[in-house]
Amino acid sequence: MGRITLDKVTKSFGATEVIPPLDLTIEDGEFTVFVGPSGCGKSTLLRLIAGLEDVSSGQIRIDSKDATMVPPAKRGLAMVFQSYALYPHMSVRKNIAFPMKMAGIDEAEQNRRIEAAAKALNLTDYLERKPGQLSGGQRQRVAIGRAIVREPAAFLFDEPLSNLDAALRVGMRLEISELHERLKTTMIYVTHDQVEAMTMADKIVVLRAGHIEQVGSPLELYHTPRNLFVAGFIGSPKMNFIEGPEADKYNAHTIGIRPEHITIGTGDGPWSGVVNVSEHLGSDTFFHIHNTGLAETITVRADGEVGFRHGDRVTLTPRSDVIHRFDAQGQRIAA
Amino acid sequence: MATQHSRSAARLMMAPAVVLLLGWMLVPLTMTLFFSFKKYLPLRGGDLGWVGFDNYIRFIDSSAFWPSVQATLVIVGGVLAITVVLGVALALLLDQPMWGQGVVRILVIAPFFVMPTVSALVWKNMFMDPVNGLFAHLWKFFGAEPISWLSEASMQSIILIVSWQWLPFATLILLTAIQSLDSEQLEAAEMDGASPVARFGYIILPHLGRAITVVVLIQTIFLLSIFAEIFVTTQGSFGTRTLTYLIFQRVLESQNVGLGSAGGVYAIILANIVAAFLMRIVGKNLDA
Repeated sequence: MGRITLDKVTKSFGATEVIPPLDLTIEDGEFTVFVGPSGCGKSTLLRLIAGLEDVSSGQIRIDSKDATMVPPAKRGLAMVFQSYALYPHMSVRKNIAFPMKMAGIDEAEQNRRIEAAAKALNLTDYLERKPGQLSGGQRQRVAIGRAIVREPAAFLFDEPLSNLDAALRVGMRLEISELHERLKTTMIYVTHDQVEAMTMADKIVVLRAGHIEQVGSPLELYHTPRNLFVAGFIGSPKMNFIEGPEADKYNAHTIGIRPEHITIGTGDGPWSGVVNVSEHLGSDTFFHIHNTGLAETITVRADGEVGFRHGDRVTLTPRSDVIHRFDAQGQRIAA
Repeated sequence: MATQHSRSAARLMMAPAVVLLLGWMLVPLTMTLFFSFKKYLPLRGGDLGWVGFDNYIRFIDSSAFWPSVQATLVIVGGVLAITVVLGVALALLLDQPMWGQGVVRILVIAPFFVMPTVSALVWKNMFMDPVNGLFAHLWKFFGAEPISWLSEASMQSIILIVSWQWLPFATLILLTAIQSLDSEQLEAAEMDGASPVARFGYIILPHLGRAITVVVLIQTIFLLSIFAEIFVTTQGSFGTRTLTYLIFQRVLESQNVGLGSAGGVYAIILANIVAAFLMRIVGKNLDA
């Protein structure tokens, strides 16, 4: 069981309020991702849940029991840190055994859980090594192993993939998702990378300056962002925002259109411009179009085969059914 | 970078320093060896010719030899134990955020800047004097008979004085080591359910292993040859005659240069034995 409820939780460091009153419920078994730009308070929020920071006011409940004043070790949560925080002088086996040793679990049970975790995480051959002899991905798996053996009510991940190279990151992302499918345990995952948030989450919490901007499933956030911030943060490449006369046509202060919802061509089209930079990914090509008279740059996502070059004049056709409308305050105007 | 040319240029430029250091070491060593095989009594006839290993045999046969080795080892061991234990404790305290941290840290380092002779005199006259010393007053305040420290507890007194001097050094090195500990490791241990004592034993202490090794090795080098503290306090009496002090007495008080030189060679051997043991015990901490 691992249902975590935050009730009017605040956190201040001295006079600076990092988290203004915040309510949030994380259901049992849910994979929740806190996402936001750096400094938005997402790591602080995670540390509040972990108990590594004390809340300034409000209440944290774990399985409807008040855990606000409970020390970290007694909350039944396991955390995976950004730096992995492995104990460098202990072998992998001892690292994984450490929380069980502290909890006084008997040796046989310890070994059973270590073997099971090592098998699940492909660490069996490395159990006697020291963390210093492992690669980044292996260290990450040891850190996860150390969390698993505690059989916690929830896992907390603090930007666990940001120290890995791109290829490993994709691999570990999958492994963590698979782990969640297998264990069905509540997981809270902090990241600044919206791709990680979109691919892994059951529920995304978008944070800015300690405020929750929107909570929802990845596709909810993608299809119906509640405001300009969420619209710009979720989705890659970023949504195009257009103000002025073009937006007025839609009775909005700002309209947003995602790069994948614009068709690029040479025939007739409502908008036109000049190709500045084209980024070829193979499967897709991103065109950055200038001189449209709408915004400084319009980004368009096209098929990898489309081959316009720098300086080509092109026309753009947006899909009018997926245009997002926002008012002067940046809030979404319902369709 | 390291072409043939630049490498030979580097050798050429290092040569003066290497030659100087080598000379600095070799000349006294050779002279000590040279005198140790001679009967050389500056005030009683001067150079009286070669005597083979006589000096070596006389020095080791003397009833003062083994007690002096023992005194040396007791002082070194005692000071090491006190400075490492208290150094770790002080470093832990100073690592805590507190008001006036900068000033406190400088105050802690201060004893290291006091010359050994001066600090020993201050301890001897201000603290340990059985009539006017602060300890005597303290003892009297509680109605106890003042201890004449330097005669009744001479060894402990010297260990106390030397420990006071070397504690800042140990504290400083251990403090920097504690500060280099990744705070996420401590937080991870906290999440893993480790009590403060367990965190100290399983995380902080192993992390300090290398720093403790450095402290032990460096202090041993200097402590094997402490002299000033003994010279200005007990003058080697009451069982505080270390090997260094014994050599001093042989050369300057007995005016027997040959015998003292033989003792010097023994001191070199003792230092090497201690170093070998230490490297065996703690040296592995320096690898990896």
